[in-house]
Amino acid sequence: MDLHSIWFIFIALLFTILFLLEGFDFGTGILLPFMGSDDRERRSVINTIGPFWLGNEVWLVSAGGAMFAAFPGWYASLLSGFYPLFLLMLLSLIFRGAAFEFRSKFSNPALKRVSEWIIFGGSLVPALLWGVILSNFISGVPVDASGNYTGALSNLLNPFALAGGAASALTFTLYGALFLSLKTSGRVKERAIGIAKKLWAPATLSLMVCIACSVTVTSIKPGILPLLSLLSLAPVIVLLQKNRSGVAFIMTALAIIFTALAIFTNLYPRVLVSNLNPAWSLTIYNASSSEYTLGILTVVALIFTPLVIIAQCLSYRLFRERVATDSELEY
Amino acid sequence: MDTIFLARTQFAFTAVFHFFFIPLTLGLSIFTAILETAWVKTGNERYKQLARFWGNLFLINFAVGVVTGIVMEFQFGMNWSEYSRFVGDIFGVPLAIEALLAFSVEATFIGIWLFGWNRLPKALHAATIWLVALGSTLSAFWILVANSFMQYPVGYKMAADGSRAEMADFFAFIFNPHVWKQFPHVLAGGVVTGGFLVIAVSIWHLVRSTKERAAFETSLKFGAIYAVTGAILVTLAGHAQMQDLLKTQPMKVAAAEALWESENPASFSVLTIADEKNLRDIFAIRIPRLLSFLAYDRFEGEVKGIRELQKSYEVLYGPGNYIPSVVTAYWSFRFMVGAGTLMLLTSLFVLYRVVKGNYTFSPRVGTLIIWSSILPWIANSSGWILAEMGRQPWLVFGLLKTEEGLSPASVVSSTELTLSLGLFIVIYALLTFTDVWLLRKYAVAGINAPE
Repeated sequence: MDLHSIWFIFIALLFTILFLLEGFDFGTGILLPFMGSDDRERRSVINTIGPFWLGNEVWLVSAGGAMFAAFPGWYASLLSGFYPLFLLMLLSLIFRGAAFEFRSKFSNPALKRVSEWIIFGGSLVPALLWGVILSNFISGVPVDASGNYTGALSNLLNPFALAGGAASALTFTLYGALFLSLKTSGRVKERAIGIAKKLWAPATLSLMVCIACSVTVTSIKPGILPLLSLLSLAPVIVLLQKNRSGVAFIMTALAIIFTALAIFTNLYPRVLVSNLNPAWSLTIYNASSSEYTLGILTVVALIFTPLVIIAQCLSYRLFRERVATDSELEY
Repeated sequence: MDTIFLARTQFAFTAVFHFFFIPLTLGLSIFTAILETAWVKTGNERYKQLARFWGNLFLINFAVGVVTGIVMEFQFGMNWSEYSRFVGDIFGVPLAIEALLAFSVEATFIGIWLFGWNRLPKALHAATIWLVALGSTLSAFWILVANSFMQYPVGYKMAADGSRAEMADFFAFIFNPHVWKQFPHVLAGGVVTGGFLVIAVSIWHLVRSTKERAAFETSLKFGAIYAVTGAILVTLAGHAQMQDLLKTQPMKVAAAEALWESENPASFSVLTIADEKNLRDIFAIRIPRLLSFLAYDRFEGEVKGIRELQKSYEVLYGPGNYIPSVVTAYWSFRFMVGAGTLMLLTSLFVLYRVVKGNYTFSPRVGTLIIWSSILPWIANSSGWILAEMGRQPWLVFGLLKTEEGLSPASVVSSTELTLSLGLFIVIYALLTFTDVWLLRKYAVAGINAPE
């Protein structure tokens, strides 16, 4: 296997970790305004991701940095071409991060409520956008011979992409509800389980629609992976009824992993598919850095990625217990 | 509107605002770590209280630094896609390393530090804030490695077809002489920024003789030593950097000094009103020989002037205008050095009072010192304006002109750029306002304020 393929796999891995962690993180943010009936309860919701949310954003920054370094052609075409989507994503993340940090510092209850709705919006928008972006990855976009995107915003917001956005937002919210059912206690936990039960059907349905679309709209041969993704999501409702939220959470995580795998295996060896002319697609060869640079990056990634993963595992372990309304709350 | 103007304005605006928060992150993380270490070593609860107090102000600032930093990372691809294609092979590497080796450390351990007060043994908890400080410092280093390549490209070769620059020698790239002068300067700038906030807030409480007087006397003692250390180091590092710039970017130095003709010995400008179009002075006061002394530590030696450099660049790079905005370079340099000098004097004065054990400040002197906490921000911003504007017309010096790095107008329209610039201005203004308001609120509330 050549370095180009290794870096494609590594970036796919970074995105998968990103969705696995930011997924429940966004989901928790989306559910925040609906989860607590008083300030203390809503604070406990924020504090479930309190020690982690910044660490989770590491994977976005790493995916962006790795893409820039290993496939500058991909990074340049994608970010300039999908301009409005990434602008919206950045603005959401700014609002969200500031609101997390500022909310507990406001003494005015109205400003606290405003912060909660900002966290809601700042989580919902990126959760939607990732589905839109990934759908466009596999359906292909108008890319010309020089690798530049030539379409408009309307090309990016095609029906398949919107279905993808709905699927990612619903799945992440379900995933967030399951996370909360594991990390909270009392009434908040009950609510989380209730919401997860309600979200299961729309999330599963939207994923089915996406898979059906991907088969009909694109030339992709989906293979077994999307099926595995659906099969992982299917038993979640049963598990919830049997009070097995832990297993339900893991099954949803598996569904996310299989979906990410399905997308990236269908993409390979392309990174940005041109629907004008297949020959104009950006690939891991024509959009990549030199062998020398990829070699250096490989050494760096092999040393530091495991260390980051270990440090974050320790952090999740240290703060593994449930957050109750009478816990010590920092946010 | 002109896309190049819009993209440059957006970069300048988002970069300056990002760097509004970063030096404080650098300075306060180390300061908090020092106080918490003092607590671990001595067991004195006051140090813990102070570490929590300053750590709290640090946190208000930290998240904003992070989110404005994500904007910087993605902006290259969005607004400067041709630049990204041209240098990605080189420039992307330090950004990827920054994410995996530096940002990951600060972002992971800040959570552990904030939530870990009652879960970790004291020494281990103190270690986590040191890791945050280390992560922030390494983060600054890798970003400056990237920036230094734009200022003084080394360790690269041009691709066979001339379409892009490629990494030729990674170690030459990270041992770029430019970054080893720039990094200490930026780090010391962070220390002095943090130190001045500590001084200002401590004196605010001392002037008012609040109940927490004793704690803020301790705080001022640490803050004064910290600020003086930072102010001395930032001056020394800045001096070394300027001497180095004579070799790496002589045009930047000439523009910062409004030195039209090469001189030996060279004079230092005290005040120049420049006629930029005709490359001459309208009015100037200059001190003979001083620039040579600053440049070479002796009262002679040639410093090249703008006209001669322009001629040599025309030979080297072909016809064109290679002169940056002299007025911008000249005044940003003077604002930076002026603010730096005032910082040095102010912090020395505060340290003198601390050494004398005199913590009583009259309201007038107190107010003056409190307001002097904006000096580091003036110096930081003007320093970056000099660094980036003094490099023009180049985006990567000698390799790529600024207008060549822009995303094609067919991909990113001026409407998109205008809209995004407008949104960034509104949101950053709101963010800065809230950040400053909260910093003030918590600074004034004092140490034992309810959470």
